[in-house]
Amino acid sequence: MNGLDLAGLPVVKPMLRSRWPQLLVTVLALGGFVLAIVAGLSGTPVGNRNFSIVVVWIAWWALLILVAVPLLGRGWCSVCPIPAPGEWLQRGAVLGPRRARLGLGRRWPRRLRNIWLQNAAFLLVVLFAAVVLTQPLVTGLLLLSLVLLAGSMSLVFERRAFCRYMCPVGGFIGLYSQLAPLELRVKDTAICAAHRVKTCYTGNADGYGCPWQVFPAGLRKNTNCGLCMECVRTCPYDNIAINLRSFGADLHRPGERRLDEAYKAFIMLGSALVYAAVMLGPWGWLKSVAYAVGGWHWFVYAVAFLVGVLVLLPTAFYLAVRLGHALARSESEPQRSFLHLAYALVPLGLSAWIAFSLGFVFANLSYVWPAVSDPMGWGWNLVGTAGIPWTPYVSRVVPLLQVTVLLAGLTWSVRVAREIAAQVVVGRSTTRAAGLVLPLAGFMFVITILFLWLLV
Amino acid sequence: MANSLTGRAKLLLGLAVVLVALMPIPVRQAGSAERTFRVEAGNYAYSPSVLSVDPGDRVTIELVATDVVHGLHIEGYDLSVSADPGQTARLSFVADRSGSFRFRCSVTCGPVHPFMTGKLNVGPNWLLWRTVGLALLAVVVGIGAIKR
Repeated sequence: MNGLDLAGLPVVKPMLRSRWPQLLVTVLALGGFVLAIVAGLSGTPVGNRNFSIVVVWIAWWALLILVAVPLLGRGWCSVCPIPAPGEWLQRGAVLGPRRARLGLGRRWPRRLRNIWLQNAAFLLVVLFAAVVLTQPLVTGLLLLSLVLLAGSMSLVFERRAFCRYMCPVGGFIGLYSQLAPLELRVKDTAICAAHRVKTCYTGNADGYGCPWQVFPAGLRKNTNCGLCMECVRTCPYDNIAINLRSFGADLHRPGERRLDEAYKAFIMLGSALVYAAVMLGPWGWLKSVAYAVGGWHWFVYAVAFLVGVLVLLPTAFYLAVRLGHALARSESEPQRSFLHLAYALVPLGLSAWIAFSLGFVFANLSYVWPAVSDPMGWGWNLVGTAGIPWTPYVSRVVPLLQVTVLLAGLTWSVRVAREIAAQVVVGRSTTRAAGLVLPLAGFMFVITILFLWLLV
Repeated sequence: MANSLTGRAKLLLGLAVVLVALMPIPVRQAGSAERTFRVEAGNYAYSPSVLSVDPGDRVTIELVATDVVHGLHIEGYDLSVSADPGQTARLSFVADRSGSFRFRCSVTCGPVHPFMTGKLNVGPNWLLWRTVGLALLAVVVGIGAIKR
């Protein structure tokens, strides 16, 4: 269902074509990002008094996972400050296109054109999460490393190689952007086919060629579109639409499913489970183990985490697929079904992250006001909010929100599994489809119960 | 494309959802017993970390901080207490709300402070059990909503 084309609205169109609104938000975000790095490196080591921890891991994370990703997909990527300095260097400009460019402009290696590196980068951050999320110095170093890595990659490789293939955050935003009710697509592919120059990919005087290395006419899902709006600017035929659509429309495209993304779904689901247990569970020993980076307890934790997320969870799902095949008397390849059906975990994964985030965001949100007024934790009171005491917000409502989100995610995932089963495995036989989906629904049910047990 | 759930099935499922979500559950009043817990807080953990009482009990938590200043804030009840190192602080209240409530440290105690948590269970966690029932129904709806 394609609905309203936002890019066609007279009010919105000039704002999308102009670089100024996007630049302003990016510069604001970059200011906050730089402050987070400075506060992380030189401010108080007390996490909940330091701007870097509070604003990045509470305020920004809340905006990202509770609002931006579910509603805008990759909307954050369009204003993300991390690649901005490198991109400006690469382009030799902050605003419009210029001929003079810096950097080697090399193509990203073919064998790395997938999100396996992003999966690894995300796992690396998650393994150290207990330290990253609580120690300002580590957060500062992480943010600084990300901006330096993004900058270096911009000077060696063409376009936004970092965002597309390396960013630990971009990988899961891409996965979950498939659920968003917003998409950038071409209006008429015939126009693109007839357009010989393909300015959306090569760029012209009005804008850059797609920084995400995507040919818009080939877009079938949101995963790799960074919503940077360059193609809106460069298309001479006004053939780019920003459509409002139904939630999760991308999950029904069988030709676009890949193993690296399927694994991302498992990584995200498993990581949310571990985060919920470590950070919100009542087990102090588990927090100590996750925090004691480098010790042998931590190594056991790291190995258990990796085995759980990369082996046990996918294996359990694969066994459910095999059982479903037996019940449905399907002759399809189970491996192929596994790949396709893993995408059914995407709604449950996002709902799990939202439910987990609700559990700590509202409890800790009041730390934001003192941190904004005293970002370094040095006793300043810049905007008069340094003295606001810690107060958990809406703590009576949060459990209800969590169960609602988890139930919605479970229902959605089971339905998607059913649709994918009918689409690629068992055809139009409703009985066989139900047989195939039954064990998968059982898998999802067990995962949901685990989250419920941990969170409410 | 027709949905395979008939009108009657939808009605039954809807009734089941309402029943599981809203059915009143008789609260077992076990009497207003006095329950006292000595809770040690140290190294980002509470010991014991899970407290279980019956609805209506008069609960006293004796909070003992073993390393630095720690607090204990019970979500849902919005009650707090804090204890200096080596000191005992008391929090008394009537457990008049059923369910499972997270409690967390309310005084900055170190890096892992925001994640120093425990749980207070007051009677059965009906929100959890109701949601388990609803999750089962969600699976039925998900499988049943088959398009032909």
